[in-house]
Parts: sequence; C-alpha cells; structure tokens
Amino acid sequence: MKYIPATPAEREHMLRVTGVRAVDDLFADIPREVRLRGPLDLPPAMSDPELLAHARRLAARNTDCDQLACFLGAGAYDHFVPSTVPHLALKPEFLTAYTPYQAEIMQGELQAIFEYQSLMCELTAMDVANASMYDGASATGEAASMAADLTKRTRILVSTAVHPEYRQVLRTFTSHLRLTVEDLPAPAGITDPAAAERAMADDVAALIIQSPNFFGCLEHGEALARVAHDRGALLVVAIAEPISLGLVRAPGEYGADIVTGEGQALGNALNFGGPYLGMIATRDAFVRRLPGRLVGRTVDTEGRPGYVLTLQTREQHIRRARATSNICTNESLNALIAAVYLSTLGRAGVQHVAELNARKAHYARGRIAALRGYQLAFAAPTFNEFVVRCPLPPEEINRRLLEHRILGGLPLGRFYPELADCWLVCVTETRTRDEIDRLVGYLETLG
Amino acid sequence: MYPKELRYSKEHEWVKLEGGRARVGITKFAADRLSDVVYVELPKVGSEVAFMQPFGVVESVKAVSDLYAPLSGKVVEINQALVEKPEVINTDPYGAAWMIIVEPRDLKELAQLLDAGAYMALVGERPS
Repeated sequence: MKYIPATPAEREHMLRVTGVRAVDDLFADIPREVRLRGPLDLPPAMSDPELLAHARRLAARNTDCDQLACFLGAGAYDHFVPSTVPHLALKPEFLTAYTPYQAEIMQGELQAIFEYQSLMCELTAMDVANASMYDGASATGEAASMAADLTKRTRILVSTAVHPEYRQVLRTFTSHLRLTVEDLPAPAGITDPAAAERAMADDVAALIIQSPNFFGCLEHGEALARVAHDRGALLVVAIAEPISLGLVRAPGEYGADIVTGEGQALGNALNFGGPYLGMIATRDAFVRRLPGRLVGRTVDTEGRPGYVLTLQTREQHIRRARATSNICTNESLNALIAAVYLSTLGRAGVQHVAELNARKAHYARGRIAALRGYQLAFAAPTFNEFVVRCPLPPEEINRRLLEHRILGGLPLGRFYPELADCWLVCVTETRTRDEIDRLVGYLETLG
Repeated sequence: MYPKELRYSKEHEWVKLEGGRARVGITKFAADRLSDVVYVELPKVGSEVAFMQPFGVVESVKAVSDLYAPLSGKVVEINQALVEKPEVINTDPYGAAWMIIVEPRDLKELAQLLDAGAYMALVGERPS
C-alpha cells in the first residue's frame, strides 16, 4: 500500500506551476556529498499480512508482566488497572484530543485535566497541581529550577536516596542554569536530618528528598522540612510510587513546598518505560512559578461554570528571557488515565490498594530476610519495596529466576557500587501469596 | 498626570524622595498601557535592588512586565496592600499604588533619571 497521497499527474502539475523541472532540482541547495546517492539498502517491501506477521514476531521477543511474576519496581510499578480505565480514558474524544487552547470546543478535556489536578492536590495535600509534566525525573528537575527562582539561591542538596535517574536528569536540567547540585549521602538507607543540617547553608535553594525513597524506605519528612525551612530553603519531595500516599502521610502535611513525582503507578501501564506522567504540585503562594499548564475553573458571562487554561507559562509566551522552564506541553492522556484510575478507586480504594502493597511486601520482606545468607540492608520502615543483601550476585539470582518466569528485583550495584550485593525487591498488590512463596522457594534452592 | 516633584525612569517607574528614603511606583503612562493590572510581585523587605535592574513584576490582563529599580539600595518597606489589591495601580499610580521604599545607596543616580518634562517628552505627551 502506498502512503504518498499525490498522484504522478498531480506532481507533474505542481512542478509545472512552480516552474521546477524535476523533483531532484528541489534538492539542489543540499551539497552533493551529503545527498543520498542510491536507493536505501532495504529488503523488498512486504505485503500487509507479511508485515503484520513480521511485527508480531518481533513483538513476541519481548515479554511483559502478564507473563512473568514481577518483583521489579524502582520507579515503575506493576499495578492492577481496572477495566474502567482503558474503557473511559481511551475513548477517541480523549485519545485524539489536541492541546486545549480553544476552550470553547474543549470543555471535556479541560474538565478532565482540572479533575486530575484536583486529585493530585488531594493526594499530595498541596494547594495547586499543574496539568502534568513529562515524568518524575524531569518534574524534579523543574522543581529545582523553580526553587532556585523562588529563593534566588543557587545550591541544590539532593539525597542519594532519590532515584538515581532522577538525580541524573536533575543535573542535566541544572547544568546550564548556574546551579550546583550536591549529594547528601544516605548510608542507613534514609537521609539523616543531622547530616542534612550540617550540609545546609544560606545559599541552598532546595533540599530534595524522595519518600518512600529509592530504597523503599520512608524518610523523616518532618525533620527534613524543618532543616530546610530553618535556613530559608524549600523542601522538594519526589514521589516515585504515588500509591504509597494511600497509606503514608502526604508531603503537604509534613511541610513540603514542592511535590514532584511519577504518576505511572496510577493506572498507567508500564509502557516499556514511557510515556510516563510527571506530577508537580506546590503551595498557592508559588503558583506563578509553577511550570507548564494549569487549568482553572471559572464562570462565563452567564454565570455557568467553565474551564480554561490559566496563569499559564507567561514566561514562555511573553517573557521568554525570564523563563525558568521551557515545557510547552503535558502528558494529558496519562494524566487522564490517572484521574480515571483514582476516581474508580476512590479514597477508600486507594487506601486499600496501598495497604495490600504494604502487607504483601512486608510478608515477602520477612520471608526473604529469614532465608540463610539474606539480610535486610536497612532498618528503616518500608512501603512496597525493600533492599536485601544477598549471598550471591543479584544479577545471577535474576538470571536463574527468569528461567522460572520470575522477574527479580533491581541489582543496586549499577547505581551504588557499595551496594553491589544488594537487591531492591518490589511487591505490589498484583503479586499473589503463591508467587511470593515460589520466589522464596527458588531463593532457598539457589542459596 | 506627571507630578513635578517626582523623577522618572525610561522604564516608566517614578521615584519620590522623602527625607533619606525613596518611594517607588510606576507612572500613569505605564498603568494605562498595561490596562487592568491583576498581579504585582514585589521584593522582600531587606533585599537589595540595583539601579535599572528588575526588582519585581507587574502583570495585567494584557502583558507582564518587569519593574526596574530607579535607584540602588535596600528595600525597607513594601506595599503589602498593593499585593492584595493590585488594581489600585490603574486608579492611583502615584498614591496608594506606591510599590517599595528604598534606602538609597547613591543619590547621584537621581541625575540619570528624567524630570516630569523630559519624561512627558519621552512618552510623547505635551505638558498640560
């Protein structure tokens, strides 16, 4: 099937009208040596059925969490997605909706985003959330530049218990903003408030933590907020696993000034690593420094409620020299999925899912820690992930588990050389007791 | 429109000396051009402002503009009432809509500002 819509006759006509002799003449400005000299080295075109079969064969080389028992988390979580989510969120009206610049024809999309924002505020206990960012890592980068702008300071302290990829993106974001990023070690698996206090100074714009952190441990949020606020810095809390907020205190309740996070866990599939959903929320006082889009509710001339983009990215349109962010879009569909997911579950449902995660993870944690040669790396309380020290290399364990269709946890040596024998295990509500027992059984035979 | 006792910047701020201190706002011309002001962002008391460097932001339904300090010095007072009711900028730019009070570091900077006549020439208005 050909996908070039213009017929040869139409092309001839266009050449005649424009006074060009041949299509090749249109490329005359491109130096000959960089032009394509022959046809691309491609196999002959396949028929449609052949192509589909070929694509299916390629796809079958992948596997996914429907085929494996997944104990891998580390920023991407295998949660159950109720069927209302695809049914509603993938309706064509939502699926193909473009940026809602034209409020008069896009009330549905705008209302959906407004509801997403409201749900994010409830989840994080913050005043205002935007229409979404790209992912948790970039949202955290944006929060750093926002904090620097708000405080007029230039140093960012970040706990090493924040997702290592978030920290990499944070450094990329700040590398040309004249900001310096310093790591705060977390040797006991959590950020030590006393160490944070020693590192804190009057030029620090933000202290960035994650809770539950990359090791699954809950941070001393309130103490760390005090450490930041005592020196006029902001506390940025990154949330990689928002389901945790059904059970643990919301960052807004312990003093966070900006909450960022990854919303994938909220009804979004693992999507092979993306697209994901960046969350960012803050206090009312900082709304004009909030990057990206914001949908507001108002009334029209006849007093009827309506939704419209508001306070949006003025720096991007009219004060570009002063912009602290260049994000000009959002992840609307992922945000919509999160909104449908949260609405389906409701407050009690989110709490119930969070509790299931914690219970199952703690069951697995206890059983693995009781195995000979295995021990918990950190004593701090955890949610649905935990770190264990292993008697053999975690990479090796994962290879053996995969033979039994179990996707093991994350070997931490890749990100933390000092934790080369450590394995970050995740247990969500989708794991059954039987699967956990099987995992433990295999570990026993490996040891 | 443009009180004689004030000095004016080319960025449309006015400054009024009161004893050793300087009161700062924006001109009627700037307020008219902005149209309805909806938001003003002022610096913190105690912060330093520098001659012709941005010290704040004013936003109207039409535009967002930086505010430029007509004098260098330390901010000793800000108009908190204005932050809450920024629309006063449109009705009383030289009175209730003052923005900050600065302790000037170098009064010689005043010489670089315009008097009412020169400012009116700048904005293309005839003296009334």
